[in-house]
Amino acid sequence: MTDRTSHLELEQHEKTFLDSNELIINMGPQHPATHGVLRVILKLDGEKVLGTECVIGYLHRGVEKIAEHRTYTMFNPYVDRMDYVAAVSNGLGYCEAVEKLLSAEAPPRAKYIRVILTELNRLASHMLWLGTHALDIGAITPLFYTFRDREEILKIFEKYCGARLTTHAFRIGGCVYETYEGFEREVKKFLDFVAPKIDEYEELLTTNRIWVERTKGVGKISAKECIALGVTGPVLRASGVKWDLRKAQPYAAYADFDFEIPIGQNGDTYDRYIVRMQEMRQSLRIIEQAVGKIPDGPIMAKVPKVMKPPVGEIYHSIEAPKGELGYFIVSDGSTQPYRVRVRPPSFVNLQALDMMVRGQLVADVIAVIGTLDIVLGEVDC
Amino acid sequence: MLDYITSYLKSDTTPGQAGNLLWAFIYIVLIFLGLSVAVIAMNWLERKILAHMQVRLGPMRVGPHGLLQPIADALKLLIKEDIMPAEADPFVFWMAPLIVVITAFTVFIVVPFGPAHAVTDMNIGVLFMLGVSSLSVLGVVMAGWASNSHYPLMGALRSSAQMVSYEIAMGLAVISAVLMTSLNREGVGTLSMIGIVQAQQAQHVWFIFKFFPLGLIAFFIFAVAMVAETNRAPFDLPEAESELTAGFHTEYSGFRWSLFFLAEYSAMIAVSSIAVTLWLGGWMRPFPNALSGETWDRVFSLIPGLSFLFLAAMTFYSTARMPKHSYFRVQTIGLAGFGVVLALIGLVLFLPPVRDRIQDIFWFSAKVATSMYMYIWYRGTFPRYRFDQLMTVGWKVLLPMGIGVLILTAIAGVLL
Repeated sequence: MTDRTSHLELEQHEKTFLDSNELIINMGPQHPATHGVLRVILKLDGEKVLGTECVIGYLHRGVEKIAEHRTYTMFNPYVDRMDYVAAVSNGLGYCEAVEKLLSAEAPPRAKYIRVILTELNRLASHMLWLGTHALDIGAITPLFYTFRDREEILKIFEKYCGARLTTHAFRIGGCVYETYEGFEREVKKFLDFVAPKIDEYEELLTTNRIWVERTKGVGKISAKECIALGVTGPVLRASGVKWDLRKAQPYAAYADFDFEIPIGQNGDTYDRYIVRMQEMRQSLRIIEQAVGKIPDGPIMAKVPKVMKPPVGEIYHSIEAPKGELGYFIVSDGSTQPYRVRVRPPSFVNLQALDMMVRGQLVADVIAVIGTLDIVLGEVDC
Repeated sequence: MLDYITSYLKSDTTPGQAGNLLWAFIYIVLIFLGLSVAVIAMNWLERKILAHMQVRLGPMRVGPHGLLQPIADALKLLIKEDIMPAEADPFVFWMAPLIVVITAFTVFIVVPFGPAHAVTDMNIGVLFMLGVSSLSVLGVVMAGWASNSHYPLMGALRSSAQMVSYEIAMGLAVISAVLMTSLNREGVGTLSMIGIVQAQQAQHVWFIFKFFPLGLIAFFIFAVAMVAETNRAPFDLPEAESELTAGFHTEYSGFRWSLFFLAEYSAMIAVSSIAVTLWLGGWMRPFPNALSGETWDRVFSLIPGLSFLFLAAMTFYSTARMPKHSYFRVQTIGLAGFGVVLALIGLVLFLPPVRDRIQDIFWFSAKVATSMYMYIWYRGTFPRYRFDQLMTVGWKVLLPMGIGVLILTAIAGVLL
C-alpha cells in the first residue's frame, strides 16, 4: 500500500518557468495531528492545498474477518476496539443487532442502563474530541480540562464494569452487571459537576476571536454533499439536516426521553463545534431523565447459552458519537456469524476530507481532520 | 591597574561610554551568565506556570518540585548524539543556530538595566536592537533551507514572512515612543536606550500613559508584534507543532536544538526589555509621581529584599507540605536549602550599599518578568492564528493602527 504511487503525483503537468513549484508533502502516519496513524498526502502550492489523498490501513486488524471465526458472544469484546473512545456505543450497536437477529429484546431496566452508559460515553467521546481538536488548532489548555472531566466518566465505567476504555459493558440480551450501590447518586453528582465545566470550555473557545476566525468558514460542506457522501452524525447535523437515529429510528429506550437535536446552518467547523457542544448538553438531559425514572426488574433477557440465530440477515444502526454506526450481520444458522460488516462512521466521514480542504490552507487540513472527529481504530477496523 | 578597575566604579556611566574595556568585558560575562540562568529559570517557570494553568503539576521528579529539571534537560541535550540529515547542507546547517544565538545575545549590549548598568549606551540603541534582532530571521531561513526537508522549509518560509511583516508595525510603534522623547525644551529626541528612560524620568511619565490612550495603543501594537516577532503563541506558526511538527528546527536535535531554544527565550527577554525601556519606564520604580518623596523611595527600596523573602517563605511553606517519608528526605532538605538561599539573597538585598545599586536592576527585571509571564499566559489561553489571518493582523490591523498612532502622537506633541 505504501509503495503505490499517489494519483496526486501522476497529475503533475509540464511546467513552465511561470509555474510555482508544487510540493507534495506526506503528513503522517507519524504526525502529531493526524489522530493516530492517518496518512494524508498533501499537494501544496505554497500553503494552499491543491489536493489530498488519505492512505489508511495502518491500524487494520481485520475485525470483520475475526467475527467469522468467533461465536456471537465471543465477538462482542472485539467491537470495543474499533472506536476505542466510544466503546460502549460500539457494544450497544452490536448487542442490539444480534438481539434483533435472535428476535430477543433487552428488559427495560437493561435498556435504561444502556442509555445512561452510552450517553456518558458520548460525553466522554465529545470531550476527547474537543480537547484534541482545540489542541490541533493551537489551544493547549482545553485538552487538560476535558481530560480531567472525562476521568470522572471513566471512573463511573470502572466502577460499573471494571474497565475504563474498552468496557464490554453490555451482553447480548441485556446487561450482565447490575448497577452498583449508589450508581444513580454518583451519576447525578457527575451531572451537576460537569454542566458548569462545559460552560468553562465554551468560555475558553466559543467567543474567542482566534478560535472563531480559525473555524468559521473552514471545511464547509453542504447538506447535499454530506448526503451524497454518506456523511452522518454531527457533521451532517451541522450542515442543517435534522437526522439523528435516536429520534429517527429510536433504539434502546430513547423513545422515552425528551431531548432536542441541535443543528447548524453553515456546515463549517464552527457549526460542528457548536453542534457537538450542544449535543453534550442534550446528553446531560437524557442522562438526567434516565436516572430519574430507571425502572426495576431483570437486566437480562432469556437468550440461549449457545446462540444459533435463524438463517437470515440484519442491519441495525445506532447513533454513535461520530455518526451512524451500523452492523450488517448474516447468519447461516450456526453459532458463528457468516459475515459481519461494520459501517464505521469515521471511515465514511473521512471521505469528505478532500472535498472540505481543497483550496484551503495547510492549517485548515488539521482543523478539518479534528472536526471530522475520526478515530483511526474505527476507520481501519 | 587597580586605578583602572576602581576608576569605573566611581563613574556614573556605562563601561562602554567610559571606555573601560575590562568592565565592559565583566558586564558582558555577567549578562551572558545572567541570561543563561534566566533562560533556565524561564524553562522551569514556564513549565510550572503553564502546568498550573492546565490543572497539572508539571515537573515534580527531578529535584524538589522539579527544580533541577532544566539542568537535567540541558545535560541530556549536551550528551545527545549530534544528528545531521544526510541530505543537509552541512555548513549552513551548522551556521544557522549560531547566527540565531549570536544575534539573540548581541542585542543585550545596549539593554539598560540601570542608568549605568549596560555594556554600552549607543546613540542608536533602539535601532541597533531592532536591527540585530531581525537578523535572527536569517538563521531561521538558513535552518529551514539547510535541513533539506519539507516541514522545516515551510516553517522557515512562514517565519521569514511573519518576522519581516511584523517588524514594520513594531517599528512604527517604536517611532511613536521615540517621538515622545523629543518633547523637551530643546525639542531633540533620542534613540539611546538610556536616553529614552531618562526622557521618561524628565517628563515624569511612563510613555505607556503619555497622551492617553496613544501611548497605550502604541504599547499594545508593540506587545502584539513582539509576540509575533519571537514566534510565540498565538503566533507560533513557524513551529506549529500540530501542523509542521516542529517547524524550522524539525531536523535539529541535541545541542544544536538547545541553541535554538536558548535563542528563542533570550529573544523573548530582549524584546520584552525593549518594551519595558520604551513604555514602562525602564529601571524606574512604579508610582514615581503618586508616591514620590524620600519616605516612599525608602519603602520601595525595601521591595527587592522583601520579594525574595516572600519567595523564601513560599518555599518554606512548600517544604512544610512535603510528604513526611524517608523517600522524600533529600528533596525536602534540597527545597529547604533553596529557601535558605532565597532568604539569604533577600537579606543581602537589605544591605544599604547593595540596596542602592540593585534597585534599578531589580525593577527592570521585574517588569521584564511580568512581560514573560504574559507570554506564558498567552500560550495557555489562545489558539493559533492561521497564516493568512496572521498576515491580515499584521498588515491590515497593526500597520494602519501604527501609522495612525504615529500621526496622532506627532499632532499631540505639537499641540500639547
